[in-house]
Amino acid sequence: MQKTSYDISGLTIVTPRNYGRIFAVLCICLALAGIAHAFAVGQIEWSYVAEFLTFPAILTGLVNTVVMAILAMVVGIALGVIFAIMRLSDNLVLRNVAIGYIWFFRAVPALLQLLIWFNLALIFPNFGIPGLFSVKTVSVMTPFLAALLGLGIQQGAFTAEVVRAGLLSVDRGQYEAAQSIGMTRMMMLRYIIMPQAMRVIVPPIGNEFIGMVKLTSLASVIQFSEILYSAQTVYYANNRVIELLIVSAIWYVIVVTILSLIQIWIERHFDRGIRPINHKK
Amino acid sequence: MKHSKTGEPLVVVSGAKKSFGHFEALKDVSLSVERGEVLCVIGPSGSGKSTLLRCINLLERIEGGAIFIDGEMIGYRRSADKLYPLQDAELARQRRKTAMVFQRFNLFPHLTAAENIAVGPIRVLNENPKAAREHALALLDSVGLAAKRDAYPAELSGGQQQRVAIARALAMRPQLILFDEPTSALDPELVGDVLKVIRDLAASGMTMIVVTHELGFAREVGHRVAFMDHGRIVEIGDARAVLENPAQQRTREFIAAVRS
Repeated sequence: MQKTSYDISGLTIVTPRNYGRIFAVLCICLALAGIAHAFAVGQIEWSYVAEFLTFPAILTGLVNTVVMAILAMVVGIALGVIFAIMRLSDNLVLRNVAIGYIWFFRAVPALLQLLIWFNLALIFPNFGIPGLFSVKTVSVMTPFLAALLGLGIQQGAFTAEVVRAGLLSVDRGQYEAAQSIGMTRMMMLRYIIMPQAMRVIVPPIGNEFIGMVKLTSLASVIQFSEILYSAQTVYYANNRVIELLIVSAIWYVIVVTILSLIQIWIERHFDRGIRPINHKK
Repeated sequence: MKHSKTGEPLVVVSGAKKSFGHFEALKDVSLSVERGEVLCVIGPSGSGKSTLLRCINLLERIEGGAIFIDGEMIGYRRSADKLYPLQDAELARQRRKTAMVFQRFNLFPHLTAAENIAVGPIRVLNENPKAAREHALALLDSVGLAAKRDAYPAELSGGQQQRVAIARALAMRPQLILFDEPTSALDPELVGDVLKVIRDLAASGMTMIVVTHELGFAREVGHRVAFMDHGRIVEIGDARAVLENPAQQRTREFIAAVRS
């Protein structure tokens, strides 16, 4: 019988062959090639896609989409933070107002809210403070404002729950430590609790932001000229339906990709102190 | 002893009561702490020691009796024969008289050691950020952690975190520091460094209430010791007398159990 050799330092480790993985990659490549081929020989004029990608009306729509998504999220996050804090308040009135807001605006579909805001003039032809000023609702409630209110306010209801989850995720001891050094509730939330809650809040907010970019397409039904509405306007004129839809899809993918990169950067910022390994300078 | 610079005690607890549901955490607790005095509070878990500290620091609100710090009733405003609970801003102002050191340190994980210490002075006391940071560095030095100024809490050991927490409490220039079992969450070999810092503070004349299981420390540093059980103070008196020659049977049993 051979004596066991315990010294194996001179031996090389052989990387195992993953035949299953190689097979999977081959399958995926085949499938992708098939899809690419189908689109290449299909009834699509790719030259039109290239031409209309930077068509002025499309670019205006793109800018409108991005601006609307950002503004609606600003409104949504502001409302979300306010209502999340109210929701966790000791004050019974504030708490129930927040519960009511979240309940109602999560219940009504976004598309329906857009239509209601846009058609507000049917309910209130004029608005203002009696005796002070009064304006025609139709002249104020433009597609832009209706979209902003509709999307922002419903977003606030969802964001409030995200922010509340974040606030609840912070350890009780952090609240007590902040109080024990004499911070008021607002100071505590701003300097101690929110920065820690952000770790939990940012990933779902990033998700919602991406959702918002796509949700702005709903505003096409109230004639807000975001990118999909612009694409539709163009293809009504030139009949290049699929080409223009692909143009829109390309821009959505680009915008969402950029947002995802920004999200990664923000998450790294709020990981400070939690994963110190990431912060070797 | 260095007690009583003026005749008036710094802390007066008078008939304090506090319940959590049906559980009576404090039943008619009365005591007073002189300026410059170190009072150690011992007792089994659930005896109300921590609740007493938390009531003094207004993390909990007492439901009966009264607590005075520096002559001011805390948690309530008295008007004629009625008491009105104070609101957030007033509570925050009153909390600044005291500072608390927690069992689990509760450092702010998103701030460095120096930032943890300076955040209170900068945000609450509106101190100049530069001056506050310099003071923070001096305090870090005094607890032996000058080299850790830029470390995040996650990079510090338990003992180091607790020393930063003590420096954070000191940065607010409190009149009273409350310690809630400051060494109970530490590995045994780290306890000594933290106790040394508390001992130095006692020598400097800081008024402190220390809830602790370290009877040796209580005997050495405490001027007086209070033994609590079932929400009451069973015995309070000179540290040596209470620990070495307790008057009450219940105290004797507890001390014997801890020592064994």
